[in-house]
Amino acid sequence: MDFTQNYFELFGLAEAFELDLSDLSARYQKLQKTLHPDKFASASEHERRISLQKAAQINSAFQTLKDPLSRARYLLELRGLSFDVEHTTIRDPEFLEQQIELREEMAEIRGSDDPVSNVLVFLQQLNQMVKACVEQLTQGFEVADRASLVQCQTVVNQMQFLYRLQQEAEALEEELL
Amino acid sequence: MALLQISEPGESTAPHQHRLAVGIDLGTTNSLVASVRSGVAETLSDLEGEHLLPSVVRYRADGRIEVGCTARQAAPKDPANTIVSVKRLMGRGQAEVSQMKLPYEFVETNSAVPRIRTVAADVSPVEVSAEILKSLKQRAEETLVGDLNGVVITVPAYFDDAQRQATKDAARIAGLKVLRLLNEPTAAAIAYGLDRGSEGVHVVYDLGGGTFDVSILRFSRGVFEVLATAGDSALGGDDFDSLIVDWMLQQAGMEDNPNYRRSRTLMHQARSIKEQLTDADQVKVNVERPDGSEWQSVLTRETFNQLVDGLIRKTLLPCRRALRDAGVELEEIKDVVMVGGSTRMPRVRELVGEFFQTKPLVDIDPDRVVAIGAAIQADLLVGNKPESEMLLLDVIPLSLGLETMGGLVEKLIPRNTTIPVARAQEFTTFKDGQTAMSVHVLQGERELVSDCRSLARFELRGIPPMVAGAARIRVAFQVDADGLLSVTAEELSTGVKSSIEVKPAYGLSEGEIEQMLRDSFDYANDDMVARNLREQQVEADRVLEAIVAALAADGNELLSVDERSKIDLGINELQQARDGGDIQAIKAAIESLDQATADFAARRMNASVQKVLKGHTLDELSE
Repeated sequence: MDFTQNYFELFGLAEAFELDLSDLSARYQKLQKTLHPDKFASASEHERRISLQKAAQINSAFQTLKDPLSRARYLLELRGLSFDVEHTTIRDPEFLEQQIELREEMAEIRGSDDPVSNVLVFLQQLNQMVKACVEQLTQGFEVADRASLVQCQTVVNQMQFLYRLQQEAEALEEELL
Repeated sequence: MALLQISEPGESTAPHQHRLAVGIDLGTTNSLVASVRSGVAETLSDLEGEHLLPSVVRYRADGRIEVGCTARQAAPKDPANTIVSVKRLMGRGQAEVSQMKLPYEFVETNSAVPRIRTVAADVSPVEVSAEILKSLKQRAEETLVGDLNGVVITVPAYFDDAQRQATKDAARIAGLKVLRLLNEPTAAAIAYGLDRGSEGVHVVYDLGGGTFDVSILRFSRGVFEVLATAGDSALGGDDFDSLIVDWMLQQAGMEDNPNYRRSRTLMHQARSIKEQLTDADQVKVNVERPDGSEWQSVLTRETFNQLVDGLIRKTLLPCRRALRDAGVELEEIKDVVMVGGSTRMPRVRELVGEFFQTKPLVDIDPDRVVAIGAAIQADLLVGNKPESEMLLLDVIPLSLGLETMGGLVEKLIPRNTTIPVARAQEFTTFKDGQTAMSVHVLQGERELVSDCRSLARFELRGIPPMVAGAARIRVAFQVDADGLLSVTAEELSTGVKSSIEVKPAYGLSEGEIEQMLRDSFDYANDDMVARNLREQQVEADRVLEAIVAALAADGNELLSVDERSKIDLGINELQQARDGGDIQAIKAAIESLDQATADFAARRMNASVQKVLKGHTLDELSE
């Protein structure tokens, strides 16, 4: 069994950031319909074992490719740009400032007059910012020279911050509801 | 000798033999068994025509074990020896069960699993469950006339690893081959969805006797994808009964008498009151006081609703969380399927309908829907419907993680990840010459180790001595399609496989299971060796059938003449061993045929992947 294929190869796709999600999900479903352990419930021990491993690999691949942040990070890693999560610092002062502002904004929601609708507005704002990041990534990967890939790496780090903020805001929303 | 084979129209006869498979709903209050017969999935009844088997087991002084109705009737007068709602004890530790205020005597043992003292023997919850399974197995084999080839057993989606493993152990002790542990809501969705073939997002709201689950599923192109699941494994119909008991005692001025709080008679009465209130607007209530006087009153549906609203609203919280995790908006929901006897309560239907803004579906008997779905899946998995394209993709209900410094949990696999799934993590040593390391596996959403459920502790030994930080130990987690976790470890820089010692926090050890297996056979009537041999022969037949089918399909294309003859030789050897009747020889022959076909199996799978991707053209996608 070939376990060396990268996630794009596994789905028979070109290595690209732009991706048709419904096409990806159709390919995913077709692969799982062939390889899922349920299709090998009466097969040999060996076949069941590889089907389990393969199905797990396809699940990881699908998880990675369907989300723009993890897809971008995966693509950059394929291009030799690594991510060390613990030592990521953001040097862009403008973005840092924005981060601080966003955090302050979120901290004030709880004590505000209408926290529930404020948290919703805040979440929408974050959504817009994530969308802008995805736009930047789409352009960066299209040019695909070294400089734009490095730029993409920065965008990925920024997006990571936004995701974390999103999670915290969602937790806050759940608490408020 | 059957000279004429009569088959249903459209059903193929040879070469595909119909295999017997059933779905089992192993419930807190009642259990059911169902099977697909002549293309229709239906629950099987006992000789009296009863479909529901009360999940009650009574151990008698003479060693006899009663399961079902007779046991339930005896429960009020023999509470210590009659185990009810055993599902709540599955996968739980001694400390946990001792807090549950149960009428049983628990025995202190060295085992991680609690034992209940009965007049007949000390029994673990796994063995009690196995008795329920055995009873259903017998019913199925008598009704379907033959040995079962496999079963699908349902579990609450919210069951953790220990609870799932306990269920699988119970099946093993009952002598059942588990094709799959299936989440109850997913089973319900199969029962509904396949009948209608409706594509879209479905919600399954399952309020059973002792557990609550909610699942959000998407059905598209023949694939059931569980998007998210949430629930509460300690909330169910029994809690509604308790509320009625509390109310009765309070009204009768008897709330201070602790003997009454868990009284079986009162719980029994409360359940009947609850059931009557499904149709009636009010029900007469009476309680006998210790002095012999009687208290009488009436419980109206309105008062009942007030009593239970809090509990029902408690179920809506997991609903909200599941929607969020699934990334689904309320407007996208096509329908809400109601499962579990407790969803018969009109107030539950009302509040759930309000929350999801749609009228809940109640067409299929909520008590039977899970077993029916399990039967459909069992029929598929056992291979009776080779042309079917239906596939289920389930998720892991609770995050899996590892203990890190400071008693914190690092999540390795987040909840609602599609299974099967594999993740690996690298560790290193922190002392020079360190040769062992302990790993603590946890399940749950909280950050502190003490707030999560401890699944197992692993001791890695045999790490080659190196300077601190030089060893690279890769610990790999794998969760299979049943949602069960297995762990392996390897030291990467030297390639030395470390030995792992597993101490399941709440599970039975392999030795304990084997002992229970031995105990569960009646030596006088059942020759253990003969039984083992028959099981091995069935296994050999299964292996042979699988390989012959594979050879017929791809043998010429994927194998050289030399490879083919090696496999043919292995087939012959296994055939001979099978007929020879030596258990060890059959085992060895299966093993060696498995080895001989390993490459072939891998090639077949690669070939089918290529076929799938090649056949995947743009026209097809625009469908």
